[in-house]
Amino acid sequence: MSFIPHTKEDIATMLAEIGISDIEALYDEIPDEFKIGTLEGIPSAANEMEVVREITALAAKDKFGLNFIGAGAYEHFIPSVVWELTTRGEFYTAYTPYQAEASQGTLQLIYEYQSMMSNLMAHDISNASLYDGASSLAEAILMAIRVNRTKDSKKIIMPRNLHPSYKAVAESITTKQGVELIDIEFNPADGLINTQDLDSHSDATALVIQNPNFFGSLENVDGLTDWAHSQNIIVIAVVNPIAMALLKPPGIWGERGADIACGEGQPLGVPLSSGGPYYGFMTTRGEFSRQLPGRIVGKTLDSNGNEGFVLTLQAREQHIRRSKATSNICTNQGLMVTASTMYMSLYGEQGLVDVAKSCHSKLNEFITAIKNLKGIEVLFDSERFHEVAICMPKSSKKIIEYMESHGISPGLDLSLYFPELENTVLACVTEVKTTEDIQAYVSLLEEALEVIE
Amino acid sequence: MSEEIILYTKDHEWIKKTGDQSYMVGITEHAQDALGELVFVDFPAINAEFSKGDAFIVVESVKAASDVYSPISGTVIEINDALNSNPSMVNSDPQGDGWLCIIQSENADMSGLMNEAEYKSLLETLDH
Amino acid sequence: MKEQLIFQQSKKGRRVNSLKLDIGDSFSISKDKLRETPLGFAEVSELQVVRHFTRLSQQNFSIDTNFYPLGSCTMKYNPRACNKLALNPDFLSRHPYRGETNSQGVLECLYNLQSILEVVTGMDQVSLTPMAGAQGELAGVAMILAYHKKRGETHRNEIIVPDGAHGTNPATAIMCGCKVIELPTDKNGNLDIALLKDAVGPNTAGIMLTNPSTLGTFEQGIGEISSIVHDAGGLMYYDGANLNAILGKVLPASMGFDVMHINLHKTFATPHGGGGPGSGAVAVNEKLKPFIPLPVVTKTDDKYRWANTDDFPDSIGKLSAFMGNVGVLLRAYVYARMLGGEGMTEVSNFSTLNANYLMKKLQKNGFKLAYPGRRASHEFAISLKEITKETGATAMDVAKALLDYGFHAPTTYFPLLIPECLLIEPTETESKETLDAFVDAMTDIKARFVSDIDGIKSSPNTLALTRLDDVKAVKELNVRFG
Repeated sequence: MSFIPHTKEDIATMLAEIGISDIEALYDEIPDEFKIGTLEGIPSAANEMEVVREITALAAKDKFGLNFIGAGAYEHFIPSVVWELTTRGEFYTAYTPYQAEASQGTLQLIYEYQSMMSNLMAHDISNASLYDGASSLAEAILMAIRVNRTKDSKKIIMPRNLHPSYKAVAESITTKQGVELIDIEFNPADGLINTQDLDSHSDATALVIQNPNFFGSLENVDGLTDWAHSQNIIVIAVVNPIAMALLKPPGIWGERGADIACGEGQPLGVPLSSGGPYYGFMTTRGEFSRQLPGRIVGKTLDSNGNEGFVLTLQAREQHIRRSKATSNICTNQGLMVTASTMYMSLYGEQGLVDVAKSCHSKLNEFITAIKNLKGIEVLFDSERFHEVAICMPKSSKKIIEYMESHGISPGLDLSLYFPELENTVLACVTEVKTTEDIQAYVSLLEEALEVIE
Repeated sequence: MSEEIILYTKDHEWIKKTGDQSYMVGITEHAQDALGELVFVDFPAINAEFSKGDAFIVVESVKAASDVYSPISGTVIEINDALNSNPSMVNSDPQGDGWLCIIQSENADMSGLMNEAEYKSLLETLDH
Repeated sequence: MKEQLIFQQSKKGRRVNSLKLDIGDSFSISKDKLRETPLGFAEVSELQVVRHFTRLSQQNFSIDTNFYPLGSCTMKYNPRACNKLALNPDFLSRHPYRGETNSQGVLECLYNLQSILEVVTGMDQVSLTPMAGAQGELAGVAMILAYHKKRGETHRNEIIVPDGAHGTNPATAIMCGCKVIELPTDKNGNLDIALLKDAVGPNTAGIMLTNPSTLGTFEQGIGEISSIVHDAGGLMYYDGANLNAILGKVLPASMGFDVMHINLHKTFATPHGGGGPGSGAVAVNEKLKPFIPLPVVTKTDDKYRWANTDDFPDSIGKLSAFMGNVGVLLRAYVYARMLGGEGMTEVSNFSTLNANYLMKKLQKNGFKLAYPGRRASHEFAISLKEITKETGATAMDVAKALLDYGFHAPTTYFPLLIPECLLIEPTETESKETLDAFVDAMTDIKARFVSDIDGIKSSPNTLALTRLDDVKAVKELNVRFG
């Protein structure tokens, strides 16, 4: 069931125009040895009615109750306007705005996005998006090496309280260029970066600071940034954009501000959707504009003097600079940025601050409700946002299995990534959770602790 | 090589002697025309050393970014600062005000460079 | 009509009241960690937001509104059923870390999509995790390097690419720490095989090829190329950007390729979204299977599960925080289910028919083909070199003039080796009437090269804006409001 409009008559006319008798003749330049007769082993075509029934039934298998996992992907309320408008055909089925005059909608939207994102991060310039948070960190690392002309080393300090998948992705993408990723520990007491370990790495090119860190603890970003700058080390901030409505943004960390900010844009209006599509954001100071990877939109004038928008600084990019481009990225995550721009516009100046405050107070409510349960220990004595690590008196694996089989995801099993955090679950609470939801979690956890051996 | 004699590379750079051990370098009329209006020149640091044939400057237009190769080995002792605010001077006057940099070299190796007539005949072959 | 920036429509104190929240009273963050500066966001009502973005959308050309023959991009119709089903709330609300038991629906979809892509490529294993074509290339070159490393041949670090290749190919090779060797194309649009023989050697890691090539022609020496590269110990990478031309007709594996990516946002009709999200699933043969990027979905005793490093200890690792662009993959799966095997062969048949028909008609109307002796694949290149010489009208002028006729421009100035190039890809979902109307527009534009050159040079003349100044945009960089 392909989406082909041709009638028999069309086909006959077109073949005659080309001067051949059948479509097969169009392939006469392809040696026969490479051609296959038919495509075997693919399920046969289904019409739309059948496919709707089939896929809806598959989706229903994943029907679920309450989610308390965050760990890099956050459940926030998404206003109806966002996806109603994002999936308008004019946004959904356009491509990269190469022909500026025919793409002013997308271009102006990206310019507005860049304005909001650079304001949110307190930086001068934002790109139009990268693939996701983890790969944006990989790109930020490569960029830091390009901009830090004072250091020969390609050492990057990667605290262990950074999202473990971000570390894994940075490793897959950057180490082939000789980048060396150096682990440093976090303090067991508060989950924060162990600053005593830093001094032995003053030859590093960049320091990565995630704030809030993977455990939800708030780092001493000012002190870390100033230390790094005193050693000519570039600071890469990995931040949650909703948290930045409430917390000090990277551009004003310490005396000079973090040099590059990046992270996951998903919290701003993109659904959880099994991990993607999301988008990575990246902002920086103006002096590093030419080293940013990805598309950038700029304002200009048309030949009549009217304001308009175009893709700019394109000489950084692979389609022009080829092997000397700042990155190989071409297609990015434009539609997700479309959704985020609408999300930020709807919540506005005060609304986003309120979302962040609500997340914070709901997390506190959750911690209060849970910390008195018998045998439960709340780890990391620190200020928090979004997440909390909870050490369980019984197998975290069994608790998660039990609770998920009863419709609640209690959090991520941290012992999978941090062997020292045995039976520890990282739970997340955002503004969407009600007191009743939190109570349901507490009751089910109590039940699980009783039932599990 | 005496002053005011201009030599050319096959990559469309020009070079002329400006002092005892100093040489001015730029790109040719043909190169600026192929690139279109320049919007940025990415210079090396002063005192950076290069070998003959090294890519040492990038000239950027909206549709292209092109390496400029050093016609000789030496040290960059001066760059044309005026191009930072007005890179399109390279377009309007590539062999005059639009020069790129000055290289210092003790023993400049001019082998492989072309005189004006040779360069002109190279351009003619490119037209076909 | 020019739409003001959202910030220019802002009024202090205005809010979307229906989004107000109870912010609670439990606050425990010290002042030195808090933000003191405003966000600089607009303060607007919901209706203002709806009008603003609706009006912006109306300033875009898109597949849903215009013929969009952008070469190499496969701008085919994106079926709405794919979007609707992927937006099922049970899919959207699944957290990526939720356990497998409560995720069998999405896992089954992904597993089935992997299987379908294995069939259409002729490969042994697919990983759906790369988030765009360029990331698929990165995964592919990384696997090639991992393969050589496993065999103790770490010195193999040269990647060969033709001069007509997509810019992503050389950029990817450099990102992987390789050296790029660029090979020229001969006058018929084929790779220069004699030069390839000289280029391969003990340091060859592999070659990256698109076939049909970016010139819109089938690389006829592919069998010999494959032998030369393999005999030298290198591997063959297939850039799947042009898979739409041979879907269900030729399996990349049978042409000798070891590894490839598939742009699902091209061949499998997922939307381009104003510049993504795409998806660049990779497929490999047995040689490279151990190195596949994770996660992939596997099946044990009728239960779907994520394969992990126990299954693939030599994996090149992860490329995204979670599992790539799942929402895009679901759309591609729905599309594949509707097409079936027969529908896939129709895709290549009719995209090729449309391209050859359009090529013939444009040629008849006086446009010069870049490779006149060749069949078109699903796309073809015309060169305006002579027209530019005679009239001054460039490929860019034609591109802009087409906008006045309601057509999006073809790809311009790519491949770089064809002067004043337009790369035209009509796709299979366009009707003969649309193609004929495009030919009429091109013919009219051609006549105006003589009668109305000023009109052509100043086009577009019917849109909200006239031609925009790219140079000013770079020289006076303005990338944010305020």
